[in-house]
Amino acid sequence: MDTAFLTGQLFNGFSVASLYILAALGLALSFGLMRVINMAHGEILMLGSYIAYLTMLVVPGPAGILVAMVMAFLGAGLFGAVLETGLVSKLTARPLDTLLATWGVSLIMQQGARDLFGATGVSVQAPAWLDGGITLGSLDLPMTRLFILLVAILVLLGMAAILRFTRIGLLVRAVNQDRPTAAAMGVNVRLVDCFVFSLGAGVAGLGGVVLALLGPVTPNVGQSYIVTAFLVVILGGLGSILGTTYAALMIGLFMALSQIVVDVSFAQVLTLVFVIIFLQFRPQGVIAVKSRALDGE
Amino acid sequence: MTGPTSRIEMPGQLLNLRSVSAAYGKGQVLWDVAFDLNKGDSATVLGRNGVGKTTLMKTIMGQLPVSGGHIYWHGDEVTAMKAHQRSRAGIGFVPQGRHVFPHLTVRENLEVGLSALSRPGFSGAKKVPDMVFDLFPKLTQIANRKAGVLSGGEQQQLAIGRALAGQPELLLLDEPTEGIQPNIVQQIEDALLRVRTELGVAILIVEQNLDFAWSFAERFFVMQRGCIVKEGRTASTPPDAVASLIHV
Repeated sequence: MDTAFLTGQLFNGFSVASLYILAALGLALSFGLMRVINMAHGEILMLGSYIAYLTMLVVPGPAGILVAMVMAFLGAGLFGAVLETGLVSKLTARPLDTLLATWGVSLIMQQGARDLFGATGVSVQAPAWLDGGITLGSLDLPMTRLFILLVAILVLLGMAAILRFTRIGLLVRAVNQDRPTAAAMGVNVRLVDCFVFSLGAGVAGLGGVVLALLGPVTPNVGQSYIVTAFLVVILGGLGSILGTTYAALMIGLFMALSQIVVDVSFAQVLTLVFVIIFLQFRPQGVIAVKSRALDGE
Repeated sequence: MTGPTSRIEMPGQLLNLRSVSAAYGKGQVLWDVAFDLNKGDSATVLGRNGVGKTTLMKTIMGQLPVSGGHIYWHGDEVTAMKAHQRSRAGIGFVPQGRHVFPHLTVRENLEVGLSALSRPGFSGAKKVPDMVFDLFPKLTQIANRKAGVLSGGEQQQLAIGRALAGQPELLLLDEPTEGIQPNIVQQIEDALLRVRTELGVAILIVEQNLDFAWSFAERFFVMQRGCIVKEGRTASTPPDAVASLIHV
């Protein structure tokens, strides 16, 4: 097998993994902190894609995509805050109800998008500076894929910096480790929940912009990524950023590399088998999160 | 005094419980508990395991909702307030088992305690008061270590320091000497005495160690089966007089 092809597939693996990171990070964060399974997370990706589409209608030109990313992050983040305050926080004591309620939200959003934009989908034109690619020897790396990789790296670094160096990040870590005690120290745990949920939704919004660069934006665009995103969260160890990153890389690379020998759909089957086998031997996932939320009260 | 008043006038009083009941699901644990604490008081809650001492602390802190009765803080009803609001109102808490944040450093743990200062008069206070390090000099040396790897005694000092970082008017301590070696118990006792005399903080402490309780507290409450069955002043009651109610 020639090296250029193998390197190309490796690169593809990293770029697919970047997408999974953007799609799964918000899910992992809100599950880690609040034990909430947000079934509407895929539709927040979709929301980001449509915000990108609308923004680029208003702001065409080379900077459009950057404006779109800011708008999608803010728009999806705001939507996340509303969803958390208006629905998720009312159901914290009933996890199964959260699952059903957010699923309902996801259906409403899909239908809403269908009514507003039509079922066939719209397309977002990538700016000229994302055309073409960089050629390294016999290897051709498309600019859009490099861009996605860069976005994922920046998001991960930004998220780590927020958690590590800011006051709200400190409070998020405290609530994650011991919720009742954090509350007794004066931490408004409800506000921390809302912040994390909203931040995760914002990141999903960014993921939506990136998705829009790769293909048409349809009302179902989030659905095709959400299952893998859940897979990443489970494999990663339910709620850790580092675990989510490793898991996204493992799944992305596994999919890309298995496509060397089998076709796409069979690669997906193999990936599922890989995750099942992995969890047989390490049920806690890549990184076990020691969260008191698991202990219950 | 059990009526649904939103305010009671009790000059000089800090905390008033009026027929407070609490339950875990259908299992009631506290039955009609009532007492008053004044500013600067030191009192101890005694009783065997399982009589509701920890539940009482959690109920005062707001970690567990009451199933009946009223709690007043400075005369204002706080029964419906959440834990973080009570913390910000000036109630500090050192939970049983210490509950430090294991993956945060000592300094970060103390900084979380500053959240209680989100109240009028303290806005902008973003530094752990020197008083905390003055009371527990050890915390300065271990400031950058993760709390989860500390010894029990160090964790206990951290848990008390964390509550004090919020500059409370009342400090609730749930068995602070449990499983701690004697020389550290002495240090904690000295620190708590200073907290009371120098800072004027009232203290309500759940304790199994009668000697510690008597050397420290001026008043005592004995609990049995979720009720206060005896109360009095430690100065006029020898510890032996309550020992039979506490020890098996």
